[in-house]
Amino acid sequence: MRLHEVVAVNGVDRQLIGRVTRTPLSSGRSDAFLLIDDGAPAADAAGYLGVLAVGDFSGAPGSPVAHGLRHLDYLDDGDVVVVDPTGFVRALYRRASQHNFILATEQCNSLCLMCSQPPKTIDDSHRLAEHLRLIDLIDPATAELGITGGEPTLLRDGFLQLIARCRERLPHTALHVLTNGRLFFYRSFAEKLGAIAHPDLVLGIPLYSDIDSHHDHIVQAPGAFEETVIGLHHLDRYEVRVEIRVVLHALSIPRLPQLATFIARNFPFAWQIALMGLEMTGLVHRNLRALWIDPADYQKELREAAAILVDAGMHVSIYNHQLCVLDRRLWSLARKSISDWKNVYLPECNGCDALEQCGGFFQSGTRIRSARIHPLSSSAA
Amino acid sequence: MSGYGLLPFRFTRFDDARTIVVNEAGEHHFLANDDLQRFVMHELPAGGDTFLDLKAKHFLFDSGSIAPFELLATKIRSKKAFLGGFTSLHIFVISLRCEHSCHYCQVSRVSADRERYDMSEETARRALDLAFRSPAPRLKIELQGGEPLLHFERVRQIVEEAQRRAADEGREIEVVVTSNLAMLDDDMLVFFHDHGVFLSTSVDGPEALHNANRPRPGNDSYARAVDGIRRARAVLGHDRVAALMTTTRASLQSPEAIVSEYLRLGFSSIFLRPLSPYGFALRSIRTTGYSMREFLDFYVRALDCILDANAKGRYLAETYAQLLLTRMLTPFATGYVDLQSPAGAGIGAAVYNYDGDVYASDESRMLAEMGDTRFRLGNVHRDSYDAIFGGEALRRIVAASVAESIPGCADCAFLPWCGSDPVHHYATTGDVVPHVPTSDFHEKNFFIFKHLLSLYERDPAIRRIFWSWIRNEAVPSQEVA
Repeated sequence: MRLHEVVAVNGVDRQLIGRVTRTPLSSGRSDAFLLIDDGAPAADAAGYLGVLAVGDFSGAPGSPVAHGLRHLDYLDDGDVVVVDPTGFVRALYRRASQHNFILATEQCNSLCLMCSQPPKTIDDSHRLAEHLRLIDLIDPATAELGITGGEPTLLRDGFLQLIARCRERLPHTALHVLTNGRLFFYRSFAEKLGAIAHPDLVLGIPLYSDIDSHHDHIVQAPGAFEETVIGLHHLDRYEVRVEIRVVLHALSIPRLPQLATFIARNFPFAWQIALMGLEMTGLVHRNLRALWIDPADYQKELREAAAILVDAGMHVSIYNHQLCVLDRRLWSLARKSISDWKNVYLPECNGCDALEQCGGFFQSGTRIRSARIHPLSSSAA
Repeated sequence: MSGYGLLPFRFTRFDDARTIVVNEAGEHHFLANDDLQRFVMHELPAGGDTFLDLKAKHFLFDSGSIAPFELLATKIRSKKAFLGGFTSLHIFVISLRCEHSCHYCQVSRVSADRERYDMSEETARRALDLAFRSPAPRLKIELQGGEPLLHFERVRQIVEEAQRRAADEGREIEVVVTSNLAMLDDDMLVFFHDHGVFLSTSVDGPEALHNANRPRPGNDSYARAVDGIRRARAVLGHDRVAALMTTTRASLQSPEAIVSEYLRLGFSSIFLRPLSPYGFALRSIRTTGYSMREFLDFYVRALDCILDANAKGRYLAETYAQLLLTRMLTPFATGYVDLQSPAGAGIGAAVYNYDGDVYASDESRMLAEMGDTRFRLGNVHRDSYDAIFGGEALRRIVAASVAESIPGCADCAFLPWCGSDPVHHYATTGDVVPHVPTSDFHEKNFFIFKHLLSLYERDPAIRRIFWSWIRNEAVPSQEVA
């Protein structure tokens, strides 16, 4: 990944966020960074928010400049970049990607045993302004945008501001928020979110068990189950779409079919049920002994749970599973979800005829994996 | 807290080894008989599977968390949501006249006296005024008779006016015409097409059985019905034409042939209905009637045939099972005026008779034809909406039909799935409150609940078929289960 690096800057006295362009602009320069690739001819850099240049650049006196970038070929017109006074340059949004997201905050009120993005106890609420500015700069033709964390709702009113800004600036962009839903236990918070009436919003909310104490243990937060399940009902009351997300591991598998029944009975309004394989990153490694189960060993429970939900007319998607260890009857529910830059395959995958359909592995997750990964022949695929 | 508390539930012995428990929201669980004992004595070991299952399904709670109560309350409220819209089904008896003289028919007349038996334009208009006073967001207008096609100008008037008013008020409306289709002509079909009307007709089984049940001049009821179905499907679309069957004594021997007939005619549902104990049906009980036990034997055999067809890939849902299964297995509300608590009479459906009298149900109207007008709510020419839909007559019916307060129903395991029908109870026993141990209504529903549960428990393939009925869609070819 080449989404950030630290380089030399001149004239950058505050954080600058802007769209990048290689194409000279006649208007809107104040929102844009001009990109100057290595060997590019000298350009008129006047009036831009700043200049990002490969190698040394001194062609824009008075303009903020970040130079000495190793290369810029990962950036295209319309991408959004932030430049800090320290010289830290990060891409916040890439127009060509299907996987743009805003990391709303790194704080969290849970500490899930398998968290792939462990939270930090820092006050990063000042980043709200950066997020709002970013939303202003994102191409309104963007199909989908994620909001993730940490726990985005910890921004409280700031969270509502983010959603409202998306509705205002990106009305055609599907918005997918990952949240534990706990704060929607407070009905007024759900009501305020509903009142924003975002046209294409889904909250992805995890539920790991039909038993409160089991769920609370997995998320390492007493009372979380109560807050989440009541939060789900509050969200439905205010017509906010929810997706229920279940990560499959040794602690969630034993009552998975019962959890499916619980979901069908108590949350029939859920827009989708996502059944997700364990992502081998973050806190998982610390808790591996408690969490690991070979996916090949939980197909019975997975199939039973999926059947209960499908029978009940719910929309079920299975993510993060390699097809060679997924029951064939579940293939129609499998989605190739792993983002484009994380997909990898193994030597065992050589010669597999199902590679095209298969999500493969997280880059981070090839070391610990099912013992039964094997190539499929087209007669079977 | 230590130990656990019980949440409201009812139970009944299911078979030699098991008891079924059903909670207030209609969720059920099977317990070994010994476990029921342990459960109610607070002796179930915490953390065991039975304990956890009962906890997750809201039969017990073991902490100070409000979650079980909140979820349960929402589920109970959802189950009763059919009450929310008030009267949504409005039935117009366009004319009592009919060219059929079916043995089981409750009230129609073979007569040429239009003056006497047809609904007038003014009566129709006033009935529509009342229907549109209903707060229901979606209205369903059903035109029946007699034979409504014999008085087609009234059909035209009501459909056109109802749709115009619905459009003005921004309300959804669905119009169904119930007809034997014998008098269906092309102009009528064009009208139905232009106005998006659904047709509901009668098919009792194979030709001989159908014609024996439904005499008309020329003895050609079957041929006319089948021809009407074919033409109506061609113009309106296949799914715009549905059929109902009525079970007579002659039907009891032929469940296979009746189901085959529905398959042959390409229907996706069949409603196995017993005779109603009203009107002419009651008078001719000796020739057409039978005991509830005989009907249930027939029901079981017919249901087996239907399940066989589904197992072979042909989607055919039995409408009553579909309704009951939806209540048993899903959190959703299902209003069905003849089986809900409180009953749907008046608050779910109202009937506007040809002469302007308003009844709480079709059965109420039939009783009135036999001289007992106690379920008449008023008259469109004389009474206000408030007097008809808020008056004593309707209040008495509703109060008498709350199954939760009826002896024998109140503690029945299947109560959350069931209901009461005070008009039926009155017609059969003279009392709006049923005597449950001898009630045919109870016998029928208790048996069918148990039968459906047995089938569901026994066979995963049947389970899948039942769920496909609940979703009202054919079993997908790529099967997960």
